[in-house]
Amino acid sequence: MNSIDGRARCLGDRINTDYIISSSRKKESLDPKELSRWLLEAVDPCFAASIRPGDILVAGESFGCGSAMEVAVTVVKAAGIPAVLAQSFSRTYYRNAINNGLVPVECDTSMIGEADLLSIRFDTTLVRVVNESTGAEVQAKPFAPFLLRILEAGGLAAYLTARGRFEEAGA
Amino acid sequence: MGRTLAEKILSEKSGKDVCAGDIVVCTADLVLGTDGSTPMAIDLFEQMGGGAILRPDRVLLSQDHYAPPTSDATCGFHRRMSAFASTHAVELLAVGDGIGFQVAMETERVRPGDLVIGADSHTVTCGAFGAFATGVGSTDLAAAFLTGQVWLRVPETIRVELEGALAAGICAKDVALELVRRLGADGASYMALEFVGSAAESFSPEERSVISNMSAETGAKTGVFPTSIWRSDDHASFAGSLRIDCTSLQPLVAMPHDPARAVAVSEVSGLPIDWVFLGTCIGGRANELRDALRMIEARGGIADGVTVAVTPSSRRVRDSLEREGILQQFGALGATITETGCGPCCGTSPPIPPPNARIISTANRNFRGRMGQPSATIHLASPVTCAAAASAGRIVDPRDAP
Repeated sequence: MNSIDGRARCLGDRINTDYIISSSRKKESLDPKELSRWLLEAVDPCFAASIRPGDILVAGESFGCGSAMEVAVTVVKAAGIPAVLAQSFSRTYYRNAINNGLVPVECDTSMIGEADLLSIRFDTTLVRVVNESTGAEVQAKPFAPFLLRILEAGGLAAYLTARGRFEEAGA
Repeated sequence: MGRTLAEKILSEKSGKDVCAGDIVVCTADLVLGTDGSTPMAIDLFEQMGGGAILRPDRVLLSQDHYAPPTSDATCGFHRRMSAFASTHAVELLAVGDGIGFQVAMETERVRPGDLVIGADSHTVTCGAFGAFATGVGSTDLAAAFLTGQVWLRVPETIRVELEGALAAGICAKDVALELVRRLGADGASYMALEFVGSAAESFSPEERSVISNMSAETGAKTGVFPTSIWRSDDHASFAGSLRIDCTSLQPLVAMPHDPARAVAVSEVSGLPIDWVFLGTCIGGRANELRDALRMIEARGGIADGVTVAVTPSSRRVRDSLEREGILQQFGALGATITETGCGPCCGTSPPIPPPNARIISTANRNFRGRMGQPSATIHLASPVTCAAAASAGRIVDPRDAP
C-alpha cells in the first residue's frame, strides 16, 4: 500500500455497531451491498445515500464498540469506503477491519472537518495522515508487520486462501 | 519479572514466551459460533478452500440469536448451519438449547487456563472460570475452523480489586454496572481485566459470570477470575488498577443509551416503566430469575400496563425453573415466557417492544435501537431492581418496603 485518498465523512464518538448497521436489519440479509443502504441510519437516515465510493469515515473515540458482528465492517466496505480514521477503535471492530482489508487508522482526528480531502500515506509500517484541504498532518499508530501482511493480502480470507495456514506472527 | 495471567495463557497457547503488545498466533481450546456469526463464517470457510474442520471436537455452534427464526432469511441461516454441523461432525445447539457460551460453561467445556474464542462479543463471560475468553468475528471463526488458530494481540492487564461483600438487595449486576461506570465504555480497550480481592474470591460462578460478561462493555478483550493455579505473578506488570468496595454499593440503573451511564437508583426513582425484560446471557440464569420472581411476588405481582418478558438462557436453566414451578408462576402473574436463548435483547428474537416503550432490562447493552425499536429508551439494572420496577410500574429501590 502506498496511499489512500478520499473525502472525509465525519462522525462523532462512540459510534457503536448497532448504529453502523442495526441488528434487526441483518435479520433480512447478510449481503453487505444490500445492507449498505442502511449504513449509519441511526445517526442520519440520509447518510448512506450521500456516500461516494472512496469516501473515508472519520470518527472520534471507540468507533465500532458494541457487538462483534462483522457485517458492521463489511457493510462499510460494501459502501465503497476503503478506510476509517478514529481516535480509537473497539478491539473487535479493529480486528474485523484488519480481517476484511478495511484499513483502520488510529490517529488524532480533531483537525479533520467534513468533506476535507485526506491522504493516508504508508511507509513500511508507519502511517501518516495528510489533510490536503488544510495542510495539517498527523502521525497515526503504526501497524504491526503481521497485521499489515493481512491488510495487504486484502483480508484474512485472502491471506489464508493464498497460504493455507498462519505464518509466525513475530513481534 | 513476573507475568500476568493473560501473558501466561497466551504463552502456553502460542508455544512461546510472549508479553503484552506482542501479536501471536494461538491454538484455541474452544471455538464458538452463533447463528448471527456462523453463516458468514461458512461462506468464508468455503472461500478459504474449505475441506475439513481441523478440530471439530473443539467447535460448538449455537442457534441462540434467532430463537425462533422469524424470517425466510433466518430460517435459511439455521438450515445452512445444521447442514454444516452435520457435514463436519460439529456439535450444534438447536433453537431452545440455549446461549452457546452459557451451555459451554454448564457442560464444563471451559477450564481454567483455556483459550476460548467466540464470534459473539459476550464470549468474555467464560472468564468466570479462569479462561482467557474473547469475542472475535466471523472471519476469525472461519480461520479457526480451518487452522484451529487465531491471531491475537497480547493485552495489558488492569487489576480490578473487588473487596467487601454484597449487602442485601445488591447483586453482581450492580458490581458490573459500577465497573463499567468507573472504567467507561472504552476504559479497558484492547486490555484484559483480572478480578481479585475478597469479594471476587467469594462470588458464586453465576456472580462471576455476570461480572466477566459486562467486561465487554468496558472495551476489554477478556475479564478473568483467576484460580489458585492460573493467576498473575505477584510482580507482574499491570497497566492499571481499580478498586471497588462492594459493601458500599447502591443498586444502580444505567441511563439510555449508554451502559456506562449508571446512576444510583435513588436518582431515578419514580421514572415510569412499561416494559421489563428479565433474561439474556447476563440476567437469565436460574438464580437471577428466581430472585426476580420472589421480588415481584413480595410486591403483589406485575403492575397494570406493564409487559414482562422472561427468557431463560439455556435448556438446563429452563428445566430447573420449570421443575421448581418458577416459570409457571411467572406465567400466572402475566409474564410472557419466550423461547430459550438471547431473547429480545438485540431485537433478533420476539417480542420486539412497542414504539416509545420505556424499558428496564437485565441485559448488558442499551444502545438506541438495540431491542429492534429505535424509539424505545432502555435502562439496565439488576434482576431485583428490574423486578421491583415491574411491580411498581416505575423505577423503585428494591430495598424499600413495597
